[in-house]
Amino acid sequence: MIKKGLAAAAVATLAISGSVGAQSARDYIFIVGSSTVYPFATVVAENFGRSTAFKTPKIESTGSGGGLKLFCAGVGVEHPDVTNSSRRIKASEVELCASHGVKDVVEIKIGYDGIVMANDKKAPAYQLTRRDIFLALAKTVPNDAATGVDSMIANPYKTWKDVNPELPAVKIEVLGPPPTSGTRDAFVELAMEGGCKSFDWIKALKKADKSAYKSVCHTVREDGAYIEAGENDNLIVQKLQANPSALGIFGFSFLDQNADKIKGNAIDGVVPTFDDIADGKYPVSRPLYFYVKAAHAGVIPGIPGYLAEFTSNKAWGPDGYLSDRGLIPMPETERDQFAKAAKSLQPLKLAAN
Amino acid sequence: MSNTNSTGRDAGTGLKATNRSMDRVQASLRRRYRAEKRFRAYGLISVVVGILFLFVLMASILAKGYPAFRQTFVTLDVYLDSAVIDPEGSRDPAVLRLADYKRLIRNSLQEIFPDASGRSERRKLVALISNGAPFQIQGLVMDEPSLVGQTLTLEFPASADLDMLMKGHIDRSLPEAERRLSDAQIGWVDKLVEQGRVHKRWNKALLSNGDSRDPEMAGIWGAVKGSFYMLVVTLVLSFPIGVAAAVYLEEFAPRNRWTDLIEININNLAAVPSIVFGLLGLAVFLNFFGMPRSAPLVGGLVLTVMTLPTVIISSRAALTSVPPSIREAALGMGASKMQATFHHVVPLAVPGMLTGTIIGMARALGESAPLLMIGMVAFIVDVPQGFTDPATALPVQIYLWADAPERAFVERTSAAILVLLAFLIAMNSLAIFLRRRFERRW
Repeated sequence: MIKKGLAAAAVATLAISGSVGAQSARDYIFIVGSSTVYPFATVVAENFGRSTAFKTPKIESTGSGGGLKLFCAGVGVEHPDVTNSSRRIKASEVELCASHGVKDVVEIKIGYDGIVMANDKKAPAYQLTRRDIFLALAKTVPNDAATGVDSMIANPYKTWKDVNPELPAVKIEVLGPPPTSGTRDAFVELAMEGGCKSFDWIKALKKADKSAYKSVCHTVREDGAYIEAGENDNLIVQKLQANPSALGIFGFSFLDQNADKIKGNAIDGVVPTFDDIADGKYPVSRPLYFYVKAAHAGVIPGIPGYLAEFTSNKAWGPDGYLSDRGLIPMPETERDQFAKAAKSLQPLKLAAN
Repeated sequence: MSNTNSTGRDAGTGLKATNRSMDRVQASLRRRYRAEKRFRAYGLISVVVGILFLFVLMASILAKGYPAFRQTFVTLDVYLDSAVIDPEGSRDPAVLRLADYKRLIRNSLQEIFPDASGRSERRKLVALISNGAPFQIQGLVMDEPSLVGQTLTLEFPASADLDMLMKGHIDRSLPEAERRLSDAQIGWVDKLVEQGRVHKRWNKALLSNGDSRDPEMAGIWGAVKGSFYMLVVTLVLSFPIGVAAAVYLEEFAPRNRWTDLIEININNLAAVPSIVFGLLGLAVFLNFFGMPRSAPLVGGLVLTVMTLPTVIISSRAALTSVPPSIREAALGMGASKMQATFHHVVPLAVPGMLTGTIIGMARALGESAPLLMIGMVAFIVDVPQGFTDPATALPVQIYLWADAPERAFVERTSAAILVLLAFLIAMNSLAIFLRRRFERRW
């Protein structure tokens, strides 16, 4: 009996490994990339799968950097066709792609995402500036913020009042994503660096010593005022409710879905609302992208259809279903430009960067 | 000290000395009883705290999860207008597939609420019905093109927001801007309820659909099937390999430095964090052998490597517990070593081996970390139909839903946890049943 069982197992194993060969032609689109774009790309993929005869694309949430690494690994069915990114592709990544034979990459910008600093509904509203955010969260701050003496000291501020006398005397406690997150990168770049640049001598440093400038502006303090709360934004929302004196950093779509529990605080005098992010008035917003391998367009079925679905007005338009999910649409001219690029699979030239 | 001295001095009065040590025993007795009582109390408190935690966990998951098994439906009379679906009357499947079914639903809702005019009002009105509803009509029409032109009374899943309102998760007293539904939408919902068009029914989609970004359409069937395929691969590979390794090591292998080394390594492997096996899967199965990403086949292979040590260790324990007299009797009757092993020892050890394997399988079912590395943490709508189709697994589905921004996914996450727990309890009960039923004690 045991012998028969073993034989059956061996046969089954052979049968399974035999079916691997049948995999060589992939009949669905394979997408990787940013966890910020994931909620939008998945909705498009689902609509595309339902309304066409093609299979629904498979989407892995790997983060922007991880996605581009997989994307640039080569041309062929085992490599992804599309990668989502919450930042623009870097020159080094374009080189990496080219060195693996991925030459024609189509860049599609899909819209904007605001990063909000929210707190519990019942907590007081903060009127923050980017300078406040930098002073509250940077590891080192200018020696004397008021006089602007050209030296840095370890961040001494304990309460928001220490940072800016107009803010309440509440302990600085900010819950945010870990360094692996694209949201964190964008927050550091847009909010902290924005505040950092408001010191003239630091701004001058940018030209003199770029890496010193970056380490000054991009390093988040590690003494407990900034709390790494993991990638799960729902968890941050829950923690904010439990602790009304804390602020949390996450994408606008989570504020949009939880508007009954938390509120977004004004940055540079602008409260994060759909309209103000779309207008570009809200300072901490970033463009979202995806990149397509032109070489796969004729090989994997459905790629042109997926691009058409994503770039149609019923998806990314001002009244499209993506705006229901919290994506901030682009102005019409930009939409037309990228829709055209998607249609003609016009390859990216990084000269503009 | 003083006691010893005193016994030394009055050597004649032995009675007194005994009395004194009895006193000491008496005095310490109470302390020892107290210590024992304390220890029992600590033990009892630990058990109670453990049960309390379990109870709180289960109660919160149950309380959050059970509403997800019921879903709100809205009954509408839909006129399948041939001018909208197929103006040319060709009944071509390609035309039927691409028709604007959403407009049919909008028309049907407009008939109930003629006052809703203007683009944004109408958009809000349609937002009450699930995004899946147009595809429901699409399916009906494509199966039966002759339906075009008729008016059907159909039940559509309500949108997640309406569902949340009916389940009391949306507070009507909040200002309009802070709610997912506007005043007008709540008014429409109340009117629909008045007309008896809103029902709560068993949420079939949750158990029969694949993943979706619309909570009301999302289901765990794709994940359950993915987990099933993975466990089949794991079982088919790890049981025979594990049992063969255990039988060889226990019954045939010579005891020397090499087998000792192998034994130590097996024990160490059992303690390796599971993510390491995921990395191994990525490097060996995906990058070296070029197997497909996100396939249950690869997931099953990775989980096989992970569960093998558990299976081997428990199988060896089952073999050791077979009394040596059985082997000796068989050998004494002239059986060969192999006959003694396979005719007598292994059959007696099989229940123990099965128990170990099932517990290993249960661990594999609850595993998500190694699957992250081989691409099984992904958004996959289509239910997998084979071992190489892209698939997720139950724990992965829970992880993905827990991260979704939509409020309605909170209860679905808990519901998926309940399903996973049900499977785990069933597997562990099976293990206990097999042990009770077939195990022999000596």
